[in-house]
Amino acid sequence: MPTFEYAPAPESRAVVDIASSYGLFINGEWVDGHGTTFKTVNPASEEVLADIHEGDASDVDLAVKAARTAYSRVWSRMSGADRGKYLFRIARLLQERAREFAVLESLDNGKPIKETRDVDIPLAAAHFFYHAGWADKLGHAGLGPDPQPYGVVGQVIPWNFPLLMLSWKIAPALATGNTVVLKPAETTPLTALLFAEVCQQADLPPGVVNIVTGARETGQAIVDHPDIDKIAFTGSTGVGKMIARSIAGTRKGVTLELGGKGANIVFDDAPIDQTVEGIVRGIFFNQGHVCCAGSRLLVQESIAEEVTRRLQRRLATLRVGDPLDKNTDVGAINSRAQLDKITQLSEAGEAEGAQRWDNGCPLPDKGFWFRPTVFSGVTQTHRIAQEEIFGPVLSVLTFRTPQEAVAKANNTPYGLSAGIWTDKGSRILWTADQLKAGVVWANTFNQFDPTSPFGGYKESGYGREGGRHGLAGYLKGSN
Amino acid sequence: MGARLDVRKTYKLYIGGTFPRSESGRSYEVFAAPARAGATPRFLANAAQGSRKDARDAVVAARAAQPGWAGATAYNRGQVLYRVAEVMEGRRAQFAEEVRVGEGISPSRADSLVSQAIDRWVWYAGWTDKIAQVAGNPNPVAGPFFNLSVPEPCGVVAILAPQESSLLGLVSVIAPAIATGNTAVVVSSKDRPLPAVTLSECLATSDVPGGVVNIITGDAAEIAPWLASHRDVNGLDLTGSAGVEGLAWGELEASAAETLKLIVRPGGAGARAEEPDWAIEPAISRMTTFLETKTVWHPKGR
Repeated sequence: MPTFEYAPAPESRAVVDIASSYGLFINGEWVDGHGTTFKTVNPASEEVLADIHEGDASDVDLAVKAARTAYSRVWSRMSGADRGKYLFRIARLLQERAREFAVLESLDNGKPIKETRDVDIPLAAAHFFYHAGWADKLGHAGLGPDPQPYGVVGQVIPWNFPLLMLSWKIAPALATGNTVVLKPAETTPLTALLFAEVCQQADLPPGVVNIVTGARETGQAIVDHPDIDKIAFTGSTGVGKMIARSIAGTRKGVTLELGGKGANIVFDDAPIDQTVEGIVRGIFFNQGHVCCAGSRLLVQESIAEEVTRRLQRRLATLRVGDPLDKNTDVGAINSRAQLDKITQLSEAGEAEGAQRWDNGCPLPDKGFWFRPTVFSGVTQTHRIAQEEIFGPVLSVLTFRTPQEAVAKANNTPYGLSAGIWTDKGSRILWTADQLKAGVVWANTFNQFDPTSPFGGYKESGYGREGGRHGLAGYLKGSN
Repeated sequence: MGARLDVRKTYKLYIGGTFPRSESGRSYEVFAAPARAGATPRFLANAAQGSRKDARDAVVAARAAQPGWAGATAYNRGQVLYRVAEVMEGRRAQFAEEVRVGEGISPSRADSLVSQAIDRWVWYAGWTDKIAQVAGNPNPVAGPFFNLSVPEPCGVVAILAPQESSLLGLVSVIAPAIATGNTAVVVSSKDRPLPAVTLSECLATSDVPGGVVNIITGDAAEIAPWLASHRDVNGLDLTGSAGVEGLAWGELEASAAETLKLIVRPGGAGARAEEPDWAIEPAISRMTTFLETKTVWHPKGR
């Protein structure tokens, strides 16, 4: 199949104005941190974008104090209707400045502009819009007649959907009447810092939202702070377990959205062309930096060869490169550390005997890149079938019966997502019933919506985010 | 002729629908609550002293029973739970006597607690086919999809039953866990285990499938750590850690963090654990904590 040649179609960078260095956003003001600074880079070019302050325990303490004061003096006394109006303002501001956020996100994260423009930023605005409406209707949420907020919430978010994960955290926390101290990921702080500006433009009372940048120790200081009432975290299962241990024996609330090893199950009656598109969406969307990615493809044996052949043909047309080019399908890997991890697990896949294939596309000279890769002949004991790779790497396994598909799909400590591809409605419902996964996509994959609860079974975490269920995580005693 | 010599009961464990002694061969003496301070305690019975291995056997039985119990219709589970209440009603006198001597309360108070315990089973029997409607809902996503969130049981739940309230408290922690389709491994009150053993006899004759509820009598301080760290346990109810010597609930929670078990913390504030007031109508959080929410997206199209 010929690959069409496209002229470059870069989105303009002129819409963003990146400062050379950023402070911390505490009590509605920019302040310098007491710790050191670190640099955030564009992973597509390794260009340094800005110096970022690493908040230390004293900075976290200041932020918590600001959040506590804002909670007790302002936010907890405000009507739900007024809290909602602030959230509506924020939603509108995000929409107004959507292109700026999209370009900045692509620069700092490496993901393609078509995804930040069409997925990350619109969904982030939608999360604020959805939760805004809940703020004065919480008594109708089925979580008790007069549900109460925790107070001050500490939130730690990952680098794969920086602004979207911020909105998943801040929107429900504020709607339910909590104030927040949020730490963005160390490699992707810029959109969270721009969001602080949005809070100022919305005239959000000082201290309701505090943004403390930093790395692991900053996050630990938030988790351990005695005046934080609830922790919300999205990230790896390893860190999630550490947080669960840290808060054990306290009365802190917690929600954890952790790792996954999603099974994408293809039955022999599936519509093949649609399925191939769904497989691509499942594992190559956002470079595979998705906790709910369909990273294990389970194909019925009778069609495995055909599906693999058509998938490879489709992958040959994927365009890997400049995240700001509107034609780009797959962008840069977020960091060198992540690239090393993907490389190492892929080498383990080969060493353990799986067959490696990639689409052979050219890669830019600078930056962090990995070709869309497919492993066939994978068995359940292979590391690439058990461990989360968090990159554009698909492991293909086969099955003969629906029972075998379900057994293999559930054979993991994770339980976040799964996909089912078949033309038979009753088989969809039977399979969905059997799967131990918090989100199941039938004949589709990687769909997200603020009204739809997201979160996993087993070691994929505690609680749900989004929808009515997501509110429970921010209201005392309701989950 | 003198008075008839009564036939006494052997109090045993309840695992997988059978009544074994502890595999450890151990038993311990159970006494009536002393009538006044300093009085010589009256011997009631020897209870089986459950061990780590008994707890592990119980987890195996609970896991084996879980898919069938969760797969039963909610209507069927409701009828089975209601049947437990029926069978308990027929054993009122025995429960009342065991609660009275164990808790050191008046006969009328004991009778009232038995009534409340039976009524609580009835309350939860009515929940089985409603919880999915209360805890689940369709989601109006912005796209051509039918999107539905439904609750499902998390799997096997380990429960530390309260130490003080030997029947009402016991029922109040077991029923919510199993009403939704979980199976349970329960460590009873150490000093007041007799109502738990009698309850297991009711469960065995109430069409509750073997393995759905497993009851270990003995010392929670000895058994609970093995359940908290067990890799095949999905939920942990720490309610009964209140009043157990040598047991810090925070350590159990930290141990359970390794497998991210769903946790019900004990009542009280800070590190202090307190037994809740069992007389008030329970919150549904005892059920919802041990549920997972599954959201399924179905495309719409012609």
